[in-house]
Amino acid sequence: MIRRILATADTEFRIALRNRWVAIAALLMVVFSLVLAAAGSAPTGATGVDSLSVIVASLTSLSVYLVPLVALLMSFDAVAGEVERGTLPLLLTYPVSRGEILAGKLIAHLAVLGIAVVAGYGAAAVAAFAIDPDAASGLSALWRLTWTSVLLGATFLGAGYALSSLSRRPSGAAGLAVGLWLGLVVLYDLGLLAAVVADNGGTFTTLVFPKLLLANPADAFRLFNLASSQATAAAAGVGGAAATIPVWQSALSVTLWPLAALALSITAFRKVTP
Amino acid sequence: MDALTDVSFDIAPGERVALLGHNGAGKSTMMKIILGLIPATSGHAIVCGGAPGSDAARGQVAYLPENVAFHPALTGLEQLRHYLRLRGGDAGMAAALLDRVGLGHAGNRRIGTYSKGMRQRVGLAQTLIGKPRLLVLDEPTSGLDPVSRRDFYELLDGLAAGGTSILLSSHALTEVEARTDRILILSKGRMVATGSLPALRRAADLPVAVHLTAVNGFAPDIAAALPQAIRVGADLRLTCRADEKLPLLARIAGLGGKVADIEIVPPSLEDIYSHYSKRDGQ
Repeated sequence: MIRRILATADTEFRIALRNRWVAIAALLMVVFSLVLAAAGSAPTGATGVDSLSVIVASLTSLSVYLVPLVALLMSFDAVAGEVERGTLPLLLTYPVSRGEILAGKLIAHLAVLGIAVVAGYGAAAVAAFAIDPDAASGLSALWRLTWTSVLLGATFLGAGYALSSLSRRPSGAAGLAVGLWLGLVVLYDLGLLAAVVADNGGTFTTLVFPKLLLANPADAFRLFNLASSQATAAAAGVGGAAATIPVWQSALSVTLWPLAALALSITAFRKVTP
Repeated sequence: MDALTDVSFDIAPGERVALLGHNGAGKSTMMKIILGLIPATSGHAIVCGGAPGSDAARGQVAYLPENVAFHPALTGLEQLRHYLRLRGGDAGMAAALLDRVGLGHAGNRRIGTYSKGMRQRVGLAQTLIGKPRLLVLDEPTSGLDPVSRRDFYELLDGLAAGGTSILLSSHALTEVEARTDRILILSKGRMVATGSLPALRRAADLPVAVHLTAVNGFAPDIAAALPQAIRVGADLRLTCRADEKLPLLARIAGLGGKVADIEIVPPSLEDIYSHYSKRDGQ
């Protein structure tokens, strides 16, 4: 089983390399991270926070948009593309399970995402150290951001595979992926914000709102990183809400979502008849 | 409407079976059921001692789909290494496999640059991985030139001699005629005939065509002796049932020196095939 998963991962990574996905994703992350690092290097005044922690807070807000986007872009083609190329029937006659196929693809795509994230955050960290000798105190926050970014990517990769299996055509899958990204990453927060404003501090804000934040993998990612970061004050948005939710809850959401997404994608893939 | 109805057959080890049928007759559907790619709505199939698509069956069955496709960004070698590893084989065998199908020189090129015939050969190479007990080949020779076709059937003969059962579909009836042990004809999802080609030929009882060429001036005499013949200038054409052939030949021999030449045309595989596939009032 491990052998077949690794064989699939190896082949998929080669394909990602050939399709320039590795280069595109890494370049994207590096450019945006450096832009944020440059913006974050402005004097922080008397906050007493090192510049790396400030940059991590900015990177969190960036990654919550960019990591799901890159993950969905890489994954929407995973099943639908095989269906369209006509490579799926032959593959499924091999003694390999559908779970193994998806696991192999997930490992390869996670590796690409990991490379991009490490390159981007690494570049930002180098920039932070260049301007602030105390930046080392922000390293734990950077490490936390790195592994949660990979988990956030895994969640959206799994969601992308599921959408790819459901639509069976790359064009349809691409549309669904963009829709999912807009819905979970952009509109979800706007909707919550509107509801909180309308509720004006009622039961929705105190009871339902935290649960809804935890239910969204992107919001849980942001909550976890901001709540455990020393730089909460430096971040806007859901930062205020982060204080009311225990860190273990957002950590749980961040770790459970990838598993749920993978299970969902395998279920959807099993329903595909070649 | 069901794609397949009342289909029942088995394939012995080492037997080569040709699946014939018009477009949409259900050939690919049947292959996909055997491979476990789609479930049969009713009935049952046993493949290499297991259910179609079970791990046991998939480990022993190799498939070549119609219009086989691969990821264009991979090279031939990489693609075969991948398939070898999925079957638990030695990835180092990839080059040898490509050599066996005459693609050794192109192994490091991307499949996206391959011609249709070359892709077909990569498809053939992956069916040779391990020692499959059953080969399912959907129009395996489409896109191959005549020499490659001959090489391909020689490969199959070698595999069949080693005990591999082969089920292949084809539209090239003449190659199927020489290279398979049994023929199975599907028409509109029904199995309308099965058996060896001589047996099908006998059962079809199609007329034999006889072409006579008369010695100059004797055509009217021959026409008078054989009233069923149609005369076209100095040529005469007639048909007879298979069991009337020898008496007819005796009568023609009796005409002696009036006949310059005689040609006997048995029903071709095309004739037999259309006889069976059109029998259901198509």
